[in-house]
This record gives sequence, C-alpha cells and structure tokens, in this order.
Amino acid sequence: MREGFKNVIRNGWMSFAALSAVIVTLAVLGFSLILTFNVAQMSNSVTGQLEFSAFLNVNASEKQGQQVAQEIRALPGVASVQVISKNEGLQQMKQELGQELSDVLNAFKENPLPIQIVVKPQDPHQIDRLAKEVSEIPGVAAVRDPHKLAAAIFRTLAVVRDVGIVFVVGLVVTSMFLISNTIRMTIFHRRREIEIMKLVGATNWFIRWPFIIEGMIIGLVGSVIPVVLLVYGYRSLYVKAKGVFSGLAFPLVQAGQIEVKLAVILIATGLLIGMWGGVITVRRFLRV
Amino acid sequence: MQDVWKEYPNGTQALNGISVRIQKGEFVYIVGPSGAGKSTFIKLMYREERPTRGHIFINGFNIEKLKDRKIPLLRRTIGVVFQDFKLLPKLTAAENVAFALEVIGAPPKYIRKRVREVLEQVGLEDKMNMYPHQLSGGEQQRVAVARSLANNPSVLIADEPTGNLDPDTSWDVMRLFQRINDLGTTIVMATHNREIVNTMRKRVIAIENGVIVRDEEKGYYGYDD
Repeated sequence: MREGFKNVIRNGWMSFAALSAVIVTLAVLGFSLILTFNVAQMSNSVTGQLEFSAFLNVNASEKQGQQVAQEIRALPGVASVQVISKNEGLQQMKQELGQELSDVLNAFKENPLPIQIVVKPQDPHQIDRLAKEVSEIPGVAAVRDPHKLAAAIFRTLAVVRDVGIVFVVGLVVTSMFLISNTIRMTIFHRRREIEIMKLVGATNWFIRWPFIIEGMIIGLVGSVIPVVLLVYGYRSLYVKAKGVFSGLAFPLVQAGQIEVKLAVILIATGLLIGMWGGVITVRRFLRV
Repeated sequence: MQDVWKEYPNGTQALNGISVRIQKGEFVYIVGPSGAGKSTFIKLMYREERPTRGHIFINGFNIEKLKDRKIPLLRRTIGVVFQDFKLLPKLTAAENVAFALEVIGAPPKYIRKRVREVLEQVGLEDKMNMYPHQLSGGEQQRVAVARSLANNPSVLIADEPTGNLDPDTSWDVMRLFQRINDLGTTIVMATHNREIVNTMRKRVIAIENGVIVRDEEKGYYGYDD
C-alpha cells in the first residue's frame, strides 16, 4: 500500500495525465448514466399515461366546452372524458408553479388558460386515431399527445446516450493506456529493486501488488472526483427544475436515488480500469 | 548437473553438454575465457535461465521442471553475489540487508536481529547506517554478501565477486568467503582472478566453448590472461 501511494506521487505528471483521463472518462460515463436512468423513468411514466388532452380556443365558454365534451363522448372507443374548466386549470397551474410564481398569474386580468379536455380511450392502441378525430372537431385548438412528444425526445436522448457510450469506450482505452504508461515508468524507476527482489526470492505477487495498487489508486481518486461533481450538479439541477424535466412534466429521478447507484458504478469502474491497467502492465513489463 | 545444454534464442550455443556434481560444503571456482559459458552456468543455478536440455538439481529443486511460481522458493535457499554488488543506493547498509528479508515477509523483530548478525559476520557492524556511496568497493561487496547470507542459504553463488575490487580488498572478500565456507555453506564462484585461484587452492572447473575441459581438486587457474 505504502509503495503504491509513493509511486503515484513520484510520477507526478504521468499520474496527473492518467488521473485526468480517468476523471473525464467517468464524468462522461456518469453523465450517460444519469441520462439513461431518466430516460428509463420517463418511458415508464409515459407508458402509464394512456390519455391525451385537447385544448379549446382561449375564448371558448364553459358551455362550448361541455358541448365539445359531448361530441367526444359520442366518438367510438372513448372510455372517459374529463373537462378541466378555466378556473380549475388555473388552480392546477398555481399549484405547480408554487407560491412565488403564482403572482405572475395574478397579473393577468382575464384567465389566459384554455379549457382542457382529457380523453381516455378504451384501447390504448386507439389513442392516435382518437387524437386525430378530436383535433378535427370544431372549437378544438390543439391536441397534445404525450406519446408523440415523448417518442421524439426518446430518439434524441438515445442518440446522446449512444454517443456517450462510444466516448466512454474510447476514453476507457485511453485511460488504461495512460495508467499503464505511468506504471511502466515506476517499473523502470524501480528496476534495480525489482531485480534484487527477484534474486532474494520475493514471490511474484509480492512484487506485482504495489504496481496494481498504484493503478487502483489512480482509478479510485479519478472516480471520486466525477462522482462528487455529478452528484452536486444533479442535485442543483434537481432543485432548480423542482424535480421536473423542463416543461414536459416528466418527473426526474430523485436525486438521492440516483446518487448511490451512480457512485457505486463509477467507483467500481474506476477501480477496475486502474486494476486492469496495472495487471496488463505488470504482465507485459515485469516478467516475474 | 547432468548433460546440460543451453542455447540462447539468438542461436548462441552457451553450454554444450555439461555434467558436474558439486557436494554440499564444497568451495568451487569456475574459470575459463570470457564467453566460454561461466555466466550461463551460474545463471542456470539460480534459474535466471532455463536449460535447453539436461537436468539440474539444486538443493532438491529440479530446475528444468521448476514452475515460475516456485522460483522464489529456490532462490531463498541460494545467496547470489555479483561483480557490481547490486546494492540499492538510497538505502543504508542495514536497510539493504533488511530489504532482502522484508520482501520475503520475515517478521520485523527477526529482521532486526538477523541484519545485525550478518553484518557482524562480514565485519561491518559499525558501518550499518552508511549509504553505499560512503563505503569502499570492498565494503559494498561485503554488504552484498551479508544480504545474500540473510536467508541462511545453503549455497552461495558468486559471479566475478572480485572483478571490481583492488587486490587487497579482493583478499578481504575471499577471506570472508572462506569463513562462510567453513560454516558449511557451499560456494560456487566464477572468476577471472588467477592470483586468488592459484593461492587459495580449491576445486577448479574450467569451461571452454561450453564444455568442461578440466575439473581438479586444488587446481590451478591455468590461463595466461
């Protein structure tokens, strides 16, 4: 152990380069993970949402609202229809925005919100057809189908995640190469000691361990830093966004939930990269 | 050693069929011109090299069948001394000796006791805390010998131990070897030093072109170089 620590410090610059590579690698990996966790959660939340909303023109009256609702009920395959009046909608929004921001809404003379009609189909597969039919009813200004929106977001996020994974793979290789180089320097530095250790009968593992530990220390330190950064970053994002993915009303994975998973995965990966970097170097350059 | 052959990967035929038996407690010189195979002979003994053919038994270890993993066990029964001492410059004499015991996992209390013992044995107990650069060549070689003795080896192998020393200090080291031999340790020493071989008469094995050309008790150096 003592030897491993000494080696890290002695090879200052090489250790620093290897460390940076590990940090970048794990930061990108961590970012991809956060994204993946959230996409998974979002996809769960969307699949559970088997309804869509139609919005009427802003100046439509409550009476018109009831009329449109009747028409929708008459459509085949509709399970239930719920009308959210302008006032109800306003109350809901106030709640969502919280105390400070609800003042903004008070500034409007008239209620700016349209009447919203939530439609639930009998068969989830019918949702697209129904959404289209509802949008053709006079007085309906817009239909928001969360599935369509979600699909677009999924596609984008999936691409971002895949790019992240490619980066991670490339970076893992780079990190291991740099760790390996650092350890090689140590081996070169200590070749006399190693020679004598071999001559007097030190076991192979006794000689190898300090180098593998050196790699693991680089991996460990290199994982702790991105863990701290990402946890801190995600927490402040979570607080700012009030736990909701900007405007789309998808809940973010709770900060506490994600942190432990993230920390475990990143630290384990860091240690593994370091250890493996150590093992391949020892195999290639120590010949014990 | 029975009919031992050694060919290096580059094609050099270092040893071409050597058979020799060295008894426990013997003191043997290995002589011969440069490149005749002396060093290879020595290296085979502590399994730095593996024989291409033939059988070698040392302290009950079958060298050609010895697994890499088991080499340390062999080396703990053998002490090795070199021309260039191979001391660690950043460690004191005592630390250099202790290093050999630390790396095989000896308990610290034993290490302290043993380091003092072997340094007394080579007559350097008052220079324990000096660094190699503060010691003369002869003293450095004695530290190296002390280190090789730390494990209580039954065989001491020396490759040109006096090669870097002036005649006076060479004799100090040789007298030390004699004392060690008197205590029952087998000594095998490759050397170019004619004066020593001819004065301190022991068994002489001469190797030329990879074969033994002469093996006699109380022999002479027999070369003019």
